[in-house]
Amino acid sequence: MNQLKKQPVTATNIPDHWFKQVKQDESQAEAVYRPSLSYWQDAWRHLLKNKLAMLGLVFLILLGFMAIFGPIFSPYEVNQADLPNQYQPPSKKHWFGTDALGRDVFTRTWFGARISLFVGLMAALIDVVIGIVYGGISGYKGGRTDNIMMRIIEILYGIPYLLVVILLLVVLGPSLTTIIIALTVTGWVGMARIVRGQVLQIKNYEFVMASQSYGTKTSRIIRKHLLPNTMGPIIVQMTLTVPSAIFAEAFLSFLGLGIQAPYASWGVMANDSLGAILSGNWWTLFFPAFFISFTMFAFNVLGDGLQDALDPKLRKSR
Amino acid sequence: MLRYTLKRLLVMLITLWIIITLTFVLMVSIPGSPFNSEQSSNETVQANLEKHYNLDKPYVVQYLLYIKSLATFDFGPSISQPNQTVNDLLGRGFPISFELGIVTIIVAVISGIILGILAALRHNGIIDYIAMGIAVLGISIPNFILATLLIQKLAVDWELLPVATWAGPEYMVLPVIALATGPMAIIARLTRSTMLDVLTQDYIKMARAKGLSPWKIIFKHALRNALMPVVTIMGTLLAGILTGTFVIEKIFAIPGMGKYFVESINHRDYPVIMGTTVFYSAFLIIMLFLVDIVYGLLDPRIKVHQKDGE
Repeated sequence: MNQLKKQPVTATNIPDHWFKQVKQDESQAEAVYRPSLSYWQDAWRHLLKNKLAMLGLVFLILLGFMAIFGPIFSPYEVNQADLPNQYQPPSKKHWFGTDALGRDVFTRTWFGARISLFVGLMAALIDVVIGIVYGGISGYKGGRTDNIMMRIIEILYGIPYLLVVILLLVVLGPSLTTIIIALTVTGWVGMARIVRGQVLQIKNYEFVMASQSYGTKTSRIIRKHLLPNTMGPIIVQMTLTVPSAIFAEAFLSFLGLGIQAPYASWGVMANDSLGAILSGNWWTLFFPAFFISFTMFAFNVLGDGLQDALDPKLRKSR
Repeated sequence: MLRYTLKRLLVMLITLWIIITLTFVLMVSIPGSPFNSEQSSNETVQANLEKHYNLDKPYVVQYLLYIKSLATFDFGPSISQPNQTVNDLLGRGFPISFELGIVTIIVAVISGIILGILAALRHNGIIDYIAMGIAVLGISIPNFILATLLIQKLAVDWELLPVATWAGPEYMVLPVIALATGPMAIIARLTRSTMLDVLTQDYIKMARAKGLSPWKIIFKHALRNALMPVVTIMGTLLAGILTGTFVIEKIFAIPGMGKYFVESINHRDYPVIMGTTVFYSAFLIIMLFLVDIVYGLLDPRIKVHQKDGE
């Protein structure tokens, strides 16, 4: 500071010792200082910012946890009838009250969650597998194969989904397996369409062409290049398939074609208690109905959030 | 446009044929004869019954007879109510279901579009959040639960509206609300997202720049394009409303087709289930076809594509 007072430094007389030579380190020129984000990390960061989607995700994780471990917290069995204690309102003894047969609604809700989530997840999973294979082949092969496969899809798409499901269940008889089969018989069509559209688009990109020119096998190109790039829309579609399968199962329960005793899904529980609500026993309907609705809500907002997070193009417009 | 229509027509006919064949195969594959239940007693009666319904003939003949009867709009007999045919049930129930369905669609489309536009115009504002909140609730709550809640609150607790049956306009309010909320929510979300997209387009800026009134811009320029996706999903929505009527008619004790259909499922009245399914499917497929044609008329790209192709 003293020096500055004696001799004011201007642009022309900066003393040499103020300068320090910085050597350029050629070896570090290309170094990346911030950790690079993969597509999934980036998507995850975006998802974390979406409060509604996170609410959905947290709810679903908790729900999954309770579906697995919930019954442990309860001293009652699922189908343990206790007729003298029918229609007990929620209390310390029965957290969610009891139903027409005196069964503990708390316990039944988590068992119902197991069935409903199982039906939803299995239906979605089978849809994905069939959809990926069918859509992948159709999109990758292109040309005449694609044309024929798409005509088949067009025809299947016109078949009313729930009507066929009803028809199949009437004939096959309702059980856990037949419900899942019936839900997936025409359910995979939507997924196949999405996969095909994606594959059709991506297979024309340069990196695929490069891979092809190396002589990579078709199966490897599909596995390593096409599928990872179609994962985004597939996951979004899955999160939307699960609630629609859960809804379909609840709808079928309503027609008497749902899961049969001794199992009980949320749909069965809600349907059993539709009459009870009129006599004021609201809790028998409320808990299954709440969980159906909130699960659908959670999957829907999570699906929306994932769609935003996984599709970089969508982000700009929001 | 003609080629497009013919192509859609062909797809429609094949789809119908597949459903009819599937129905037939399933009907045949049900173990035992439909008359094996407790009502029929001796073998002669059973044989006569089977002869009457052509069940003694080979499957191929049965199949052809089945297609023939369907082609002449004969949807078959009922087993649980021997004096009735599916046609009788359709004649009685379908007009009521149709009325319910039409009113529901009109309510759902109009309210959905209005909600969607409001949400898009006030993007990220309070109205947007409220509209999308309603939409998310509408998608999340299954219609049978909504119906029960509506009955409980509006009809039983507050006694504002009649609980059930079908005797006048006021009986329509609750079933239509229960049925229309889901489709309305879907339409609202779709309209909102396409409106948001359209409103940023250059031709909207252009329209604004040349000083058109906001209403004219919204209705003349933006909405027209924003409605295309809504037309696309109309088929799916129709199917949803149709299957929704089964549940809603049962809950509100409306003597429509859906109620008979659910009863026939509960009684395992196979001919009625099959006949009704074929009827419903045909109805839906024809509706889908019409939606496709309308879409073709609305979407200039299809016409352009046709010109290129020819």
